[in-house]
Amino acid sequence: MPMQPSPTRDPIPGTTIFDGTMAMRGYALNKMCYSFNEAASRAEFLADEDAYCTKYGLNDAQRAAIKARNALDLLAAGGNIYYLAKFVGMLGLNVQDVGAQQTGLTVEEFKAKLQAAGH
Amino acid sequence: MAKIVGGVTTSHIPAIGNAIAKELFEDPYWKPFFDGYPAVREWLDQVKPDVAIVVYNDHGLNFFLDKMPTFSVGAAFEYTNKDEGWGLQPLPPYEGDPELSWHLIESLVADEFDICSCQEMAVDHGFTVPMSLLWPDRSKMTVKTIPVAVNTVQHPLPSPARCFKLGQAIGRAVESYGKDKKVVVLGTGGLSHQLDGERAGFINKEFDLMCLEKIVDEPEALARYSIHDLVRLAGAQGAELILWLIMRGALGEKVSKVHSNYHIPISNTGAGLLVLESA
Repeated sequence: MPMQPSPTRDPIPGTTIFDGTMAMRGYALNKMCYSFNEAASRAEFLADEDAYCTKYGLNDAQRAAIKARNALDLLAAGGNIYYLAKFVGMLGLNVQDVGAQQTGLTVEEFKAKLQAAGH
Repeated sequence: MAKIVGGVTTSHIPAIGNAIAKELFEDPYWKPFFDGYPAVREWLDQVKPDVAIVVYNDHGLNFFLDKMPTFSVGAAFEYTNKDEGWGLQPLPPYEGDPELSWHLIESLVADEFDICSCQEMAVDHGFTVPMSLLWPDRSKMTVKTIPVAVNTVQHPLPSPARCFKLGQAIGRAVESYGKDKKVVVLGTGGLSHQLDGERAGFINKEFDLMCLEKIVDEPEALARYSIHDLVRLAGAQGAELILWLIMRGALGEKVSKVHSNYHIPISNTGAGLLVLESA
C-alpha cells in the first residue's frame, strides 16, 4: 500500500466515515446505546427490548438491526462503533466476535487474520 | 518554572484493562505486550513527573453526540472513572491540578486554540488504561493529572497538522507556568486498527513502524497526512495517531528516544509504545 499522503478522498472499501449525515441518521440508536453506560438502563433494555427501542424512538431499520444483533446493519442505520460497543458488550460479545461477524469469518479465523498481520 | 520532561505514547485498548484486572502479565498472549512497560516505569521513577497531561479520546462515557467538542481540557480537582457498559470495573478517581489546568486554558485560548473547559469530566479507558500501565500501584502514585480529550468519534476530526500545533501550544503553555513542576505528556491510543465494517481487523504493520520511527525526529512528515489518509493507512480508529502528534508537538523540536515496543495483535490493534525525553 503506498504510504504517501493523498490529495483525494477516494472511498475506502468496507469503511463508512461517521460524518454529519451518519450522525444525524443514527442519533436515536446511538443515544440508546449511550444509555447502556448505566446498569439500570441495561437491565431495562434486557427486560423489554421493544419497549426500550420505542422509548428512544428507533426507526424500523434500527429496531430490526438491534433485534438481529447485526453489526453491519447497525452501522448502516447510523450506529457509531463506540456506542454500539456498549450494546454488544452488554451481550457479552467482544470486538473479535463483532469483527468476525462483519467479515464473514469464524471468530478463530478472524483471530488468525489479526495474528497474521504481525508477520 | 514548569518543564516538560518527556512524553510517553501507548495504546489504550479496553482489553488491556481486563488483562490487568486478571493479572495476565505472564500469559503467552499478553507477555510480549506487558514486557514493554517496566522500562517505562523505570524512566518515570528517574524523571519523577509531578503532573501528567493525558491526551486521549473519549469513547462515549463523558461526551455524547449532543455536544461534541473538538478539544477539551479538564479543570477539575479530580476525575472519576465510571462504568462503560461492558464490565470493566471502575477505578478510583484521579487527582487533578486545576491551577495548572486553568493556566493551560488561559494560554491555549490566548494562543488561538478555543478549547472547551470541563470542571466535571468522567474519564474512560482511553485515560485509565495508560495510567494503569504506567502507574500500576495506585497507593504509591503521586502524579496529578490533566485530561485533554480530542474528538475522534464524529467526523470532521481535527487534522494531524492542527493536532501537532495544539501540542506545540501546550508546550508553550507549560513552559510559561511560574511554578516548578515537572510535566510528562501522554499520547494514548493507536496504532493501526479498525473495529467497524467489512474492513474490521485491518492492521498495517509497515505504517505503524514508520510512525514509530518518524515521530521521533520527523513528526512534520506525519502531520502532512489528512484524517482520510490515516483512516486509509491505519484503519478507522488508527486516526488516533493525532493524539500521539499532540504529545510530540508538546515536547519541542529535539527529543531523544528512551524506549519503544511494538506488538501485533492486542485485541484488534497494532500496539505501540514509545518513551521520548525532552532535550
